Amino acid sequence: MTILVYLMPVALFLGALGLTGFLWALKSGQYEDLDGAAERILRDDKPER
Amino acid sequence: MSCCAPSAELALDLTSTTSVLPSSQEIRLASRSLGDNLWQTDLSVPTVHCAACIQAIETALGRLDRVEGARVNLSTKRVAIRWRGDSVPPFVAALGRLGFQAHLFEADADKKDKTLAELIRAVAVAGFAAGNIMLLSVSVWSGAEGATRDLFHWVSALIAIPALAFAGGIFFRSAWNALRHGRMNMDVPIAVGVSLAYAMSLYETINHGDHAYFDASVSLLFFLLIGRTLDHVMRERARTAVKGLSRLAARGAMVLRGDGARDYLPVGEIEPGMHLLVVAGERIPVDGRIIRGASDLDRSLVSGESTPKTVASGEQVQAGTLNLTGPLTIEATAAAKDSFLAEMVRLMEAAEGGRAHYRRIADRVSALYAPVVHLTAFVTFLGWMAATGDWHRAVTIAIAVLIITCPCALGLAVPIVQVVAARRLFEAGVMVKDGSAIERLAAIDIAVFDKTGTLTLGQPRLVNASSIDPAMLAIAADIAAHSRHPFSKAIAQFAGFAGQPKLDDVSEHPGLGIEATAAGNIWRLGRRGWAGWKARTGGEGRYGGFGGTVLSKNGRIVASFTFEDATRSDARAAVGQLKDAGVSVEMLSGDIASACGVVARTLDIEKFVPALLPSGKVERIEALARAGHKVLMVGDGLNDTPALGAAHISIAPATAADIGRNAADFVFLRESLSAVPLALDVSRKAGRLIRQNIAIAIIYNAVAVPIAIFGNVTPLIAAVAMSASSLLVIGNGLRLQGFRLAELTRASSATHSGIHPPARSS
Repeated sequence: MTILVYLMPVALFLGALGLTGFLWALKSGQYEDLDGAAERILRDDKPER
Repeated sequence: MSCCAPSAELALDLTSTTSVLPSSQEIRLASRSLGDNLWQTDLSVPTVHCAACIQAIETALGRLDRVEGARVNLSTKRVAIRWRGDSVPPFVAALGRLGFQAHLFEADADKKDKTLAELIRAVAVAGFAAGNIMLLSVSVWSGAEGATRDLFHWVSALIAIPALAFAGGIFFRSAWNALRHGRMNMDVPIAVGVSLAYAMSLYETINHGDHAYFDASVSLLFFLLIGRTLDHVMRERARTAVKGLSRLAARGAMVLRGDGARDYLPVGEIEPGMHLLVVAGERIPVDGRIIRGASDLDRSLVSGESTPKTVASGEQVQAGTLNLTGPLTIEATAAAKDSFLAEMVRLMEAAEGGRAHYRRIADRVSALYAPVVHLTAFVTFLGWMAATGDWHRAVTIAIAVLIITCPCALGLAVPIVQVVAARRLFEAGVMVKDGSAIERLAAIDIAVFDKTGTLTLGQPRLVNASSIDPAMLAIAADIAAHSRHPFSKAIAQFAGFAGQPKLDDVSEHPGLGIEATAAGNIWRLGRRGWAGWKARTGGEGRYGGFGGTVLSKNGRIVASFTFEDATRSDARAAVGQLKDAGVSVEMLSGDIASACGVVARTLDIEKFVPALLPSGKVERIEALARAGHKVLMVGDGLNDTPALGAAHISIAPATAADIGRNAADFVFLRESLSAVPLALDVSRKAGRLIRQNIAIAIIYNAVAVPIAIFGNVTPLIAAVAMSASSLLVIGNGLRLQGFRLAELTRASSATHSGIHPPARSS
């Protein structure tokens, strides 16, 4: 029973961490161009940058 | 998906011959300031489709002077360019050199899609809450008792609060809106069910009860939000694609001031009396009168006439017509808000009626469903009160009835099918702008087509190429390549080498034709009277009729050309398929009777009305509607726009006038007219699946409600029953994808042929 006192906050914290991560990614525009991101990964890095 | 996804091929069809590259003044007007002398321009580049394209565009634009940076968005097929300075860097030309056609689109880049962001955030929050509460609930179902169970219930109650407030807010607001206006929608029973379930569960938790429905209320929200988000994403994708099409209306015009100065003004600021310069290749921005110059005007988008009209000074011109051959100076006679275009918008608004009264299937069902459900719950409460006199028990069971009947499956039944249908149409190049469009299209029994630009391409095609001397045809094609007159473009397609001399000195004479010198001879391509200025003797083309377009050498006619308006590929097959589907087909056109007759005969359309004014088309459609018909209007011109608005449902090709594209419910991007029967077919299948889904949802209720009324529903049963019915409905909706294979194989040959220019043989 007492183990629940630790486990439940830990579980909820990890879940909330995932949720925050998703909301952050959404806000920072990572979902704006999904097709583009898929293609850009195939491209070589520019030397000047 | 490979680099050559369907979208790439779809973009190929978009290269419209009538589109004009935006001038730098126009780009300037469309750019927005980021402050500090920094500007951002968004251009639509429909042919971008792979990593190599992105790299090529971004590097080439980045190398231009004063360009800070360029970023391609492959999903929306747009490029955002940030630049400094007063004049616009030549990025359209730079893109053109790379082989990408770029154009401006409706400028609304400032406002991001707020609704979508809100929906996705709501889905994320509801998903998090539903997952965690469901885990706690499983522990309760598998035997947690006493203090542990209470703890789990309390934690669930806490997690559910943000989910209800944030994710549920969407439903609560919509339900409140409907109730305030005395209407009923699907969100009313959802809002009532969810909030009562939460309230009762909280009461139970406080009193150490053993049944809490937190999981039911939150997972219900989660499922419904997924359906709603998919629906929104699909429609937004279609809208973005339509918005990315090039604008056909002029954004501004070059104004000549009295003192010789020239200003480029937005269309909205042009006033009557101003003198405007319209060069060849631009559209006339406002109604006016020509004061200098002569030219040919392409009026196909405005009036539906397929043959260009020659104009000279003193004549009236209408806004929206395309100036083909010579520069014109016109005096504006009306401001943009009083121009032909604005008049069409007013006619359209006046005609709007057919669809304003349309109520969506989901709303019609919920108008019946919600009162029945709420009444059942109330009667259950009264029954248990009468039978046992136990308040608590009666309320618990009544709320259980509400939870079990909460229209999870019903809320998904319609959107899920429409999402799948819209996706299928999207892949076939047909954009659906509104969910209710699919419902309305399924009901039609008459299809009304415009002629020019809809059944036909609005571009002439040379029909007697085989009877012309190849050497003469080759030289005619070389000359024609210098003009944007539709007849010239048709001839220019036959370019090839047949020993013809090289042209020196080509000049275009507006309204008459093109003159060129080659190897000491004067060649003219144009009107018979102008080109053949010497008496017609020998050497004349075998089709020696009067009028028409001819090629002459030193004044003697050596070939004559006959044109007809080419029909869209698959037009005849499409008309046939519509007839097979039980839809009668009519043609309404602004063009002359003889031109209509030819097209009607070729396409096997029995009924047509020629020479109609825009209001005439609306009257015809309203007359059909009064006779109880549901009318589909397919049209592209400015003159069709009021009719598009008046019809029960409307479809426009991508080449349609801007306001027509915005007014239509469907926009098809490919050349082939088979998009129309395909859209009808998919809509009818979707309609059938929607009815099946509603039937499934109702059968589920018929089984579950009696169990709830007799008080046998536990949270476990509620969770299982609700998820099962939702999955069943989604699975049934996905069957629409299954119809695809057979049709794709049947239709693919047809769609691909649409890419090629009109047949060169015959």
